Amino acid sequence: MSELPLRAQLAAALGKGAASLSRATGRGDGSVIGGRIALKVEPDLLSKLARGRRLTLVSATNGKTTTTRLIASALRQLGEIATNEHGANMPTGHITALSNRPNARNGVLETDEKYLPQVLRETAPAVVVLMNLSRDQMDRASEINLLAKKWRDALAMSDTHVIANADDPLVAWAGLGARNATWVSAGQRWKEDSWCCPECGGHLKRDPDPHWECPECGLRRPDTTWAVNNATDTVTDPNGQEFRLQLHLPGDANRANGVIALATAAAYGIHPEQALPRLREIESVAGRYTSIVTSGVEVRLLLSKNPAGWLESFAVLDPPRVPVILSVNAQIPDGKDTSWLWDVDYTVLRGRRVFVMGERRTDLALRLETDEVPFEVVDRVDQVIGRLKSEQPDITKIDVIANYTAFQQIRTAYGRVQ
Amino acid sequence: MSDTSSRLRIVWIYPDLLSTYGDQGNVLILRRRAELRGIPTETVHVHSSDAVPVEGDVYLLGGGEDRPQILAAERLRADGGLKRAAERGAAVFAVCAGYQIIGETYGDDAANPLPGVGILDVRSNRGQTRAVGEIVADVDPALGVGRITGFENHQGRTAIGPSARPLSTTVKGIGNDDATEGAYQGQILGTYLHGPALPRNPALADLLLRWRVGQIPPLQPSWGETLHEERLAAALR
Ligand SMILES: [Zn+2]
Repeated sequence: MSELPLRAQLAAALGKGAASLSRATGRGDGSVIGGRIALKVEPDLLSKLARGRRLTLVSATNGKTTTTRLIASALRQLGEIATNEHGANMPTGHITALSNRPNARNGVLETDEKYLPQVLRETAPAVVVLMNLSRDQMDRASEINLLAKKWRDALAMSDTHVIANADDPLVAWAGLGARNATWVSAGQRWKEDSWCCPECGGHLKRDPDPHWECPECGLRRPDTTWAVNNATDTVTDPNGQEFRLQLHLPGDANRANGVIALATAAAYGIHPEQALPRLREIESVAGRYTSIVTSGVEVRLLLSKNPAGWLESFAVLDPPRVPVILSVNAQIPDGKDTSWLWDVDYTVLRGRRVFVMGERRTDLALRLETDEVPFEVVDRVDQVIGRLKSEQPDITKIDVIANYTAFQQIRTAYGRVQ
Repeated sequence: MSDTSSRLRIVWIYPDLLSTYGDQGNVLILRRRAELRGIPTETVHVHSSDAVPVEGDVYLLGGGEDRPQILAAERLRADGGLKRAAERGAAVFAVCAGYQIIGETYGDDAANPLPGVGILDVRSNRGQTRAVGEIVADVDPALGVGRITGFENHQGRTAIGPSARPLSTTVKGIGNDDATEGAYQGQILGTYLHGPALPRNPALADLLLRWRVGQIPPLQPSWGETLHEERLAAALR
């Protein structure tokens, strides 16, 4: 922005220089290094870069990269958009995203859950989107009850407009801290982290789904104005009008992301009829949901990092005759603790051909044995394809569910598919 | 087994409060290793709004965040069922936050001591540092379990009183205090090996079964034994 003070302009320019150097030397996409250098020169840079824009922050345990992408494509009809498409979702990444688009009046920033209170304070966004909170990488992540409390306190101090999933009790409780909110019924499949009232700890009454209320303190699900209907693949807006979603991205989790994106676009004055065609164009997000075709077999890649994500992925598997590969690593980006594998119910995989691979495939093997799901242990995807082709030459599809580094390894093996 | 039934009754205490790190794994493995030996089982999930039944054989308590831990301790103390079951001679297997709250006292997030259920003679409080990572320990030879492997993730430090004994001596990791890991007293057992401790240590699961049903035949080694060896090798590499 041209009205940036000289020091901030310099900081932003230095950051951009470092970012292109980082890209040119092949060390990354530059989002993080650029922002880090810029912050050293001007600690208030994020506030200064955010000033005068209408920003949306998007936070959740699962689906924030995809939803950020959906919102960004809807908002592009208003003109240029600043967004952190590469998933660099901490302040350094936000600085890079905003410096790269100095003239964009609108922006949408994926925001790490832990950083949301800080980024909220520094950027004074017009909208904050909150979707879900569940256990994730417990060896280093914050406790989610504590996280929800920090969200709630930060929202109480701000004037932002919250667009939040009322069906997730922790998220709703956090969102209720804000003065203005739009409540969306986006659904919640994974409920194991929200049986207890966020306010008083009472055991929530959760019947009929998606309703919830606390019999002890009276906290209850806020009334919603937007809703998704998974059975009919439709969204209802605040006027009661229904729209077919028909997204390319599969599954209920993406329908939830879709309704949230439509409600956010509406906050910018964009009608669902205008937004939907843009949402439907998106086929994959940073390799998620991509299909690779190899030896005539379509291999679909599903990234899932935690139990809630695995549950959603099981729900989008192709019919039972399509085999599935499960791959799990436990490197630092994945979380070093694989305990979460025991939180997922695998019995839905019975009757399907299942393969396990990855550095922690023995954990998966014991887990599947315990749920009485037959499986085969393998090293690589092409080994599975070879084995299947020799048995049934007309095989056409395989699904793969992998956690973070396991997913990246498979993507790299097939040439970094987008 | 319990006097009133021929089934092994497994009671999972408060999965709505204490089930943060795959604690369900302990329930599933205990059930499986009993049933593979022809011992019928019955699993009861007790929510925090329900009364704790007194007639169970093995009671399992999992890990939890700070606030759910305090709620669970308050509710268990008010309910009294777990204490009566322990007095009847039931086995208790408690992990992490569950381990702390079955003791005499445990610490809240500001290190204030709070009263526990008081069925295991240990006192826990918050330490200076968080213990996170793979842990390996040698179990008291009197229990016939051998070396155990797990993952710990806790800020607690635990002192063992005269009525209890350390479960094990640490080989790697922090456990109670950088020297010992876990505690037991009769058939009450607590450990910082969080989440699926029994899946990773089949011998520990079998100890709980022996406590309730006496001698049990060995099982054909399978993925549990493979995982046990693999994790020990990885941790000590
Ligand atoms: Zn309540």
